[in-house]
Amino acid sequence: MRSPTLSTSEATEPPRPSAAVTPPVGQRGPAKAWLPVLPAVLVVAILAYLPYVPVEVPGLLPWRVNGPGSMQLVATCLVMAGIALSYDVIFGRTGLLSFGHALFVAAGSYLLTISLASWSLPLWAAIVVALAFTTVLALLVGAIALRVGGIAFAMVTLAFAQAASIIVLRNPGDVTGGEEGTSLPRAAIPDLLVGVANAPYRYWLALAFAVVAAVTVTMLVRSRAGHAMAAVRENEARAAVLGFPVYRVKLLAIVVGAFLGGLGGVVHALVLGGSSPHITTTEFTLSLLVMVVLGGAGRTWGALLGGFLYHYADARLVEVSGSSLFQALPEVAGQVLAQPLFILGVFFMVVVYFAPTGLAGLGARLFRKGRL
Amino acid sequence: MTDLLLLVVTGVGLGALYFLAASGLSLIYGLMGVLNFAHGAFMMAGSYAGWWTMTSLLPASMPVAARLGIAVVVAIVVGAVVGLLVEVVLIRPLYRRHIQQVLVTVGLALASVAAAQGIWGADPKPLPKPEWMSQTTQLLGARLPNDRFVFILVALALYLGLLALLHLTQLGLVIRAGVENRTMVEALGINVRRTFTIVFSIGGAAAGLAGLLYSQYSGTVSPAQGGSLLIYAFIVVVIGGMGSLTGTAVAAVTVGLVQQLANYYAASGVGDLSVVLLLALVLLLRPSAMKGAMA
Amino acid sequence: MNETDTGTPGPILTVEDLHVRYGGSHILQGVSFDVAPKGVTALLGRNGVGKTTTLKAILGLAPRTGRILAAGTEIQKHSTTRIVRDGIGYVPEDREVFGGLTVEENLRLVDRERGIEAPVVDRLFPDLVARRNQRAGTLSGGQQQMVALARVLLRPTTLLLIDEPTKGLAPKLVTEVADVLAEVARSTPILLVEQNLPLVRRIADDVVVLDAGRVVHRGRAATLVADADRTRELLGVSMRKEGAA
Repeated sequence: MRSPTLSTSEATEPPRPSAAVTPPVGQRGPAKAWLPVLPAVLVVAILAYLPYVPVEVPGLLPWRVNGPGSMQLVATCLVMAGIALSYDVIFGRTGLLSFGHALFVAAGSYLLTISLASWSLPLWAAIVVALAFTTVLALLVGAIALRVGGIAFAMVTLAFAQAASIIVLRNPGDVTGGEEGTSLPRAAIPDLLVGVANAPYRYWLALAFAVVAAVTVTMLVRSRAGHAMAAVRENEARAAVLGFPVYRVKLLAIVVGAFLGGLGGVVHALVLGGSSPHITTTEFTLSLLVMVVLGGAGRTWGALLGGFLYHYADARLVEVSGSSLFQALPEVAGQVLAQPLFILGVFFMVVVYFAPTGLAGLGARLFRKGRL
Repeated sequence: MTDLLLLVVTGVGLGALYFLAASGLSLIYGLMGVLNFAHGAFMMAGSYAGWWTMTSLLPASMPVAARLGIAVVVAIVVGAVVGLLVEVVLIRPLYRRHIQQVLVTVGLALASVAAAQGIWGADPKPLPKPEWMSQTTQLLGARLPNDRFVFILVALALYLGLLALLHLTQLGLVIRAGVENRTMVEALGINVRRTFTIVFSIGGAAAGLAGLLYSQYSGTVSPAQGGSLLIYAFIVVVIGGMGSLTGTAVAAVTVGLVQQLANYYAASGVGDLSVVLLLALVLLLRPSAMKGAMA
Repeated sequence: MNETDTGTPGPILTVEDLHVRYGGSHILQGVSFDVAPKGVTALLGRNGVGKTTTLKAILGLAPRTGRILAAGTEIQKHSTTRIVRDGIGYVPEDREVFGGLTVEENLRLVDRERGIEAPVVDRLFPDLVARRNQRAGTLSGGQQQMVALARVLLRPTTLLLIDEPTKGLAPKLVTEVADVLAEVARSTPILLVEQNLPLVRRIADDVVVLDAGRVVHRGRAATLVADADRTRELLGVSMRKEGAA
């Protein structure tokens, strides 16, 4: 009676009110095909130009926009945006509640640093190793975890990610650096990506990753495989009846998501100069889930925005808490509110209740209302 | 031989803690389909309530064992109340929307751990432990830590208590029927939502107890504790067949034993990994059993 | 519960413009019909036209819009639990007994005081009393059907919704179930989903026929069954084969 998978809406249950509505795809005339791309191109162009903007934006950024501090912060936000999008391939697009995405991001990041630092591979080879291994790992973990559906799938992916986290913390053969993490060897990295002065190059690298992720996901969503993923998400039983190879579709989603996540891990390591065990933790996967739901699951802009804003808020809320507004509060309340995760967690719950389609869904709704 | 006895007792003792943490989780999941990430927060609530009772509420002149006894009651009550509130305020409005329910518990887990860090700091705080529980008992040549016996006895009591609840009371009948087919229970005119609230309370109480005893085991109280215990509890629930109490008990003991034995005979850390391996193995060998438990 | 009801022979259940939508599909598209306060009203139609969904929608087990009146009271806003407690009993397709519970426990779930000791069980289902400690999951299909019927009769009911009670049963058991239904119908009106036409002929008074989520026929059972062409047109040829078997 109870459906074994989350994506299968049980016959007696109301349809999920989440961002489950797929916009019609590919129905526009060729002449207008470039129109929807225009805002994206504009946003990328503006972002790419940021390193040439020597302005201070009080309140938003503590330093000049093109200062190394701001560049690093926005770069990390962009990496998180891309990683959140990679998770959305699995969660928002295919309806698989995975709690193990940290595994793939961490695999990309740690394999890069280990390949460079411990095995002394050249950068290109290290990237290939990291991505290839992450993909194989995704195939293996996905194949096993997909033997169960729904919540059991969530728990199994969680367990695998936890295993990886344990391995990293145990520091086998002294390669992962345990709780300290491990840094990239200076010599193995092109000069352009190293040093405070080169922050804009790392920023562009992060931007490039976000763009690659967005383009890949957009193309995937419009492909046959993307339609199959949407069908599986909407109603798994029906998708099976319609002849979609459900198992393979899900596995594909996991592998593509993991590949992009692994790539995100690689870029994350390059931008931050190493790997930290934080990205192996369950908390990291949960924060990815929060990002995607905040932004709007199953929407490319939503996941990107969610990832960007979540990391931004996480980094900036600490400073806000030092402001005079907080000093008026009782000490304990101030201490609690000084925890970014507290504010984000509560905000997340509010979004789940009152805006289940996330910020992107909310935005789309307002936009439509405005036009009526 | 004495090593083995020691490992078995410590392993079963660890399994007892896992059972305390997992039993409520399994009941909640089995009946309501809610994967309760906030269960870690319930455990944290229990352990901080117990810590506060032992160190601030009760005078230090009182014997530690007496303080612990009172703290256990406080932890259970606090866990039950937190479970009740979470169900009524957060879970119930999202009835039947399982993903949103999971998401809300995720948000609650993140926010509550952060709140605890804000209030008490991220560093572990020492928790007084009765002297007897820190000592060992000589048995067949092995020196067995006493606290494990306490954990085992408490877990056994909880197991028997829950079994009695499930099989001897009307509430238990509704729970067992609901785990099998919740919709049909409603279609027979039985108010299953009230049962949800009660089950969440019971789960919260067990989690509060688990949190405090786990803090006794580790000697400290910290915001991250609940989360790390929760992951093993999840694994136990999956291996145990999700919603089956006896399955959960067997899985908890198995996981505890595997972890201890592998840590000792292989290398430190291998135990944690072998637990995940065990999970993968169970999934590969009998995925249908797990689906069956959910149907 | 309402004393004025006894004087008026109005319908025990009125369904008005009932719609059910799941995901993208529009399963019930404005279904309206009445159930007489006496006897059996059969809900007929080919597979997949929405018969089961109609029963679930009445009970609030499927998301629906429209008006549903039980003895003149609107119930579409009530919870499933309340609808059932107010007197509408439901015997689902495939019985859905609790397989892990014993026969006695299945009954005690609904009536904790009497359970299997209730007179109605002894009168209609003597077989079950002998099997009170057997797990319901190990019973035969016919016996499970008896458990499913017995447990709704433990509550005072003003109307029973029964979904394909003879599905998959051997002919001898079909007769047994039909006897029980006929006996029950003497005191309680039944809305019955059934594919077995001879059974419908035997116990049904009125019929409502659905097709593609709409009501396509309403009338007396005897009239429809007597008209072979109309029956074939509404219900398909396969029905007659199955009925003849």
